Amino acid sequence: MSLYRYSSPAAFYPLAGMMAPWFAGAALLCTVAGLWIGFGIAPTDFQQGEAYRIIFIHVPSAWMSMFVYLVMGFWSVLALSFNTRLSAMMAQALAPTGAIMTFVALWTGALWGRPTWGTYWAWDARMTSELILLFLYFGVMALRSAIDDPRRADRACAVLTIVGSVNIPIIYFSVQWWNTLHQGASVSLTAAPKMASIMLLGMLVMSFAAWFYAIAVVLWRVQAIILERERGAAWVAELPKLRSAVA
Amino acid sequence: MSEFLAMGGYAFYVWGSYGVAAIAIVVEIVSVRARRRAAARLAAATRPEQPK
Repeated sequence: MSLYRYSSPAAFYPLAGMMAPWFAGAALLCTVAGLWIGFGIAPTDFQQGEAYRIIFIHVPSAWMSMFVYLVMGFWSVLALSFNTRLSAMMAQALAPTGAIMTFVALWTGALWGRPTWGTYWAWDARMTSELILLFLYFGVMALRSAIDDPRRADRACAVLTIVGSVNIPIIYFSVQWWNTLHQGASVSLTAAPKMASIMLLGMLVMSFAAWFYAIAVVLWRVQAIILERERGAAWVAELPKLRSAVA
Repeated sequence: MSEFLAMGGYAFYVWGSYGVAAIAIVVEIVSVRARRRAAARLAAATRPEQPK
């Protein structure tokens, strides 16, 4: 048995249903641990007071907003190259979660900006490119709902997603390329983190929570999409849960 | 406890962030579950194609 087996919606549907609750449970555990570290253990910041605690939701959601887009781009490339249905369904399932992560990143950023910078919003490169990311997610979702034929929608959305991925390095490097109100990266792969280690730990645990949450909710959504798009297939009719739903 | 909730005067910003994030997550989970149920009902009501 190979992994390719799971490129078929019929094989992936039960696998997704089996995995999702585990990721949801891991997300819940990480959220409880992360909030405990973030609010219970991490000390008050000497410059920002308690306002800095927004970091534990802002940074994980901002990271996920970009990462979900990259994963969506990955599935879009596969969908275009191999014309596989499941790849396109995965990309389709990721878009709403990416949009929500982007919205949370923008919202919490605004509420963090007000007490620390004195403004909810500035048209600086980091915030503007993140707002464009939100519009890209909306654009992909709107494009899909505007095209009746799902296979044509798959290709159109894949092209838009891939073209839009140019925005991701722009978001990431915006704080280096332009003079932004937003601060530079406090955590990177190439340098030691510029923050206290307990704060960093809380942020990382919350990031894992965001990862596991996104995986769980995307697996559930892709199950719904598989049912929507594969209904009428013999394997769907044979699903035990569906039989009980009709009976 | 009330000192904790006050967040050193930043309650609006801190709880405004976490509250909206929590609402977003709850809305997403509820809507995904509703979509799964609707999709399952629709699929159950669809006559399966006969194998050709």
